[in-house]
Amino acid sequence: MTQAFDAPAQQQLLESRAEEALALAKQLGADACEVGASVDQGVGVSVRLGEVETVELSRDQGIAVTVYVGMHKGSASSTDAGQASIRAAVEKAMAIARYTGEDPAAGLADAALMATDFPDLNAHHPWELSTEQAIEIALACESAGRGVEGITHSEGASLSTGEGVRVYANSHGFLGSQKGSRHSLSCMLIAQDGSGMQRDYDYTSARDSRQLQDPEAVGRQAAERTLRRLGGRRPTTGRFPVLFDPSLAGGLVGNLMGALAGGALYRQASFLCDRLGDPLFPDWFSLSERPMEVGAMASSPFDSEGVQTRNNRFIDQGRLESYMLSSYSARRLGMQTTGNAGGARNLRISAPLSAPQDLLRQMGRGVWVTELMGQGVNGVTGDYSRGATGFWVEDGKVQYPIEEFTIAGNLEQMFSGLVGIGNDTDTRGSIHTGSWLIDEMTVAGDQDSD
Amino acid sequence: MTPDKAMLDTAVTTLLTPGGLDLDALETGLSHALGAGVDYADLYFQRTWQEGWVLEDGEVKEASYSIDGGVGVRALAGEKTGFAYSNQITADALADTGRTAAGIVRSGQRLPGQAVVTSTATSRYTGLDPLAGLTAEDKVAMLKLADRVARSADPSISQVSASLSGTYEVVLVRASDGTLGADIRPLVRFNVSVIAVKDGRRERGSAGGGGRFSMARLRDDNVAETYAREAVRQALVNLEAVAAPAGQMPVVLGPGWPGILLHEAVGHGLEGDFNRKGSSAFSGRMGQRVAAKGVTVVDDATLDGRRGSLSMDDEGTPGQYTPLIEDGILTGYMQDKVNARLMGMAPTGNARRESFADLPMPRMTNTYMLAGQDEPQDIIRSVKRGIYAVSFGGGQVDITSGKFVFSASEAYLIEDGRITAPVKGATLIGNGPEAMGRVSMIGHDMALDTGIGVCGKEGQGVPVGVGQPTLKLDELTVGGTQS
Repeated sequence: MTQAFDAPAQQQLLESRAEEALALAKQLGADACEVGASVDQGVGVSVRLGEVETVELSRDQGIAVTVYVGMHKGSASSTDAGQASIRAAVEKAMAIARYTGEDPAAGLADAALMATDFPDLNAHHPWELSTEQAIEIALACESAGRGVEGITHSEGASLSTGEGVRVYANSHGFLGSQKGSRHSLSCMLIAQDGSGMQRDYDYTSARDSRQLQDPEAVGRQAAERTLRRLGGRRPTTGRFPVLFDPSLAGGLVGNLMGALAGGALYRQASFLCDRLGDPLFPDWFSLSERPMEVGAMASSPFDSEGVQTRNNRFIDQGRLESYMLSSYSARRLGMQTTGNAGGARNLRISAPLSAPQDLLRQMGRGVWVTELMGQGVNGVTGDYSRGATGFWVEDGKVQYPIEEFTIAGNLEQMFSGLVGIGNDTDTRGSIHTGSWLIDEMTVAGDQDSD
Repeated sequence: MTPDKAMLDTAVTTLLTPGGLDLDALETGLSHALGAGVDYADLYFQRTWQEGWVLEDGEVKEASYSIDGGVGVRALAGEKTGFAYSNQITADALADTGRTAAGIVRSGQRLPGQAVVTSTATSRYTGLDPLAGLTAEDKVAMLKLADRVARSADPSISQVSASLSGTYEVVLVRASDGTLGADIRPLVRFNVSVIAVKDGRRERGSAGGGGRFSMARLRDDNVAETYAREAVRQALVNLEAVAAPAGQMPVVLGPGWPGILLHEAVGHGLEGDFNRKGSSAFSGRMGQRVAAKGVTVVDDATLDGRRGSLSMDDEGTPGQYTPLIEDGILTGYMQDKVNARLMGMAPTGNARRESFADLPMPRMTNTYMLAGQDEPQDIIRSVKRGIYAVSFGGGQVDITSGKFVFSASEAYLIEDGRITAPVKGATLIGNGPEAMGRVSMIGHDMALDTGIGVCGKEGQGVPVGVGQPTLKLDELTVGGTQS
């Protein structure tokens, strides 16, 4: 906005800085070296009660250097990618490598695995938007939400837009660059009745601003989500089916991926150690990764070690088909990298999908959860216990809002107890899924009344 | 101790001199941000050196070092805030960021300059570089000691990881109200995490701590051994844990870290910004009863060397002791300058920001409940069937509805007044004001946590402390699986 972001120039600059760092590391005696560098620029505006509250301009850069000397490793980073800072980072990484122990698994990914295919993934769509226009959009969003009858107060609406470049290079001669953009608009509203205040929100997010939802629709949905929570009661304690809203179902996929991550596996800190080939989900469920999907949120042709990404299938017809590995964790486990250094990119589910109303009918009597609180997921055991908000369902119909209860179980049992997936797919993040219906979990609320 | 001129000199030398600036140049810097219509502006300079060492499989396999720094410039006009930052600390960067921040308002009067008033805060920690307190060899030796102690403590221990980290931070604040303040903030931490495997069951245990002091103190206090033993003990307890009960029951919380209850159930709800906006379940309740009699909760930045302590906050206001709830009555909010001014109150030294690249907000420092009179054993004995929770993983609150959760990582059943079987981790959920009204017994054993807390708000993490005595809540919902 005030300063234009010249992405090609930034890319060129970062690439030359990365190459300088590699050359310097070699000169100082490193056997291998890798460098990540990035620069991001953006604007965020927030409005509340019809007035501008904040305007923030951000510009972040950073460089991270890892050197390998024999089987010793050292890392250093700086938020300044200037030449002096790069030299300091390389020198510091070399100094640290003198003190780390020998690690036979340490080192770059195999040279043969470096990405060679770099299709245009259509991720960079800068938004030519003045601060005034950004404010107008946020105001329109909040105003539409506040206009809904019953909304009494507002936490405001925020719009942020940003773009950036990241570069990864290593001493195999690999150098990869990516440009990307991200825009989002959110609104949080408050409603009040005799039982107290409730707040809820809605948001839209996309790489291309033309794919953002209409601002007024976001405001109205935030209002609807807030109003439907008024008058919440506590559910009865007992064992019931649980329907997870799409964004929360995405969280369950995240819990699964956390347990499939190489770092958790070689540390024996996962409930899915040594389980390849085992049935974990019903046979109608498969989960795969589409890292090259054009225009998607997390697309990339190479992972954070330069390895070519690929269409991994983690769950195939219910069975655990693949772990999620970097070359380091793969070496620790005696396996091959899956091109997942830095995580999974664009997870997609294949399963028969149902209309949400059909899932409610299938559930009969139970809880539909629309918000979860807290961190009560134990990745070592799979034990799951979280605070929740949602709706009580009887005879397949939504009865009334419920709050201040917990849902508890074990992820392994929850996965095998998956009985249906909704067609209400949430495509805002990198995990796309609809609602999940789990056959039974423990709900803790009021004492049993029946 | 008063921060001598030496601290200010260090800040100037560290932050300003490399970019060719001095204190006088900050006047010019501020003038860019003090555009027409701006009624307050501040410059926040920061430089941070961070070091981390990680041991796995008996070897230090990862070590990293990072240097961050820059300047954040803020311009306020009524309730409006303009903000920009730069990782360059130069006259050009001050001019660019200042004008950008001031761009939020386009008209109005220019404020006259204010005389500079150097902050005279009492130091709550020594302004030292904590990373320099130990040699690299000493750091590696500490981590290896933790590994040896944990592995030899029990044959079921299959994995040990230990980490040592430290931060040396130098900040300088210059504001248009005349404020000039500097602070040097050390922060260190040692952590041990173990996995125990027995009869096909696998459990984790972890322990750690630290504060605003030198890494040398971690060695001198022998924390490597203490935390290794504690992590092993917790993992072994969890190996024996049975399913936790589900539903409402009396809950007894142990002293120290379980004070996360206060952080979530009342702390966030008493931050000035939420109350100015009227979005907190505690909004408009000043002077009213919000907790049972006997409950006194304070936020205290003045504790010597604690993780959440601050000699001065990130707006240059001295760190303070702020009563929040006194004998059950709401008596105070935690304020930064912006919200204090808009609410006609005084700032309480609670303005904090994760870094120069983030806006400050009212945040907690060390939040704790004062001791009561009860014997901890009497508190346990008073419970027929309930839960005794002594360690927690984390928590969250919806400040508008007041609903909060916190997740136990070590807990036991209480049956007929006695602590019996350990139970699996479970989330506890309640409503802040209601839960605080159900505090029926307060122990005399007030303790602070060991120095491990990180509080997140609007994406910004800051180090905090919590503490409390043994407490009984007559009723809270326990999220186990055994209904």
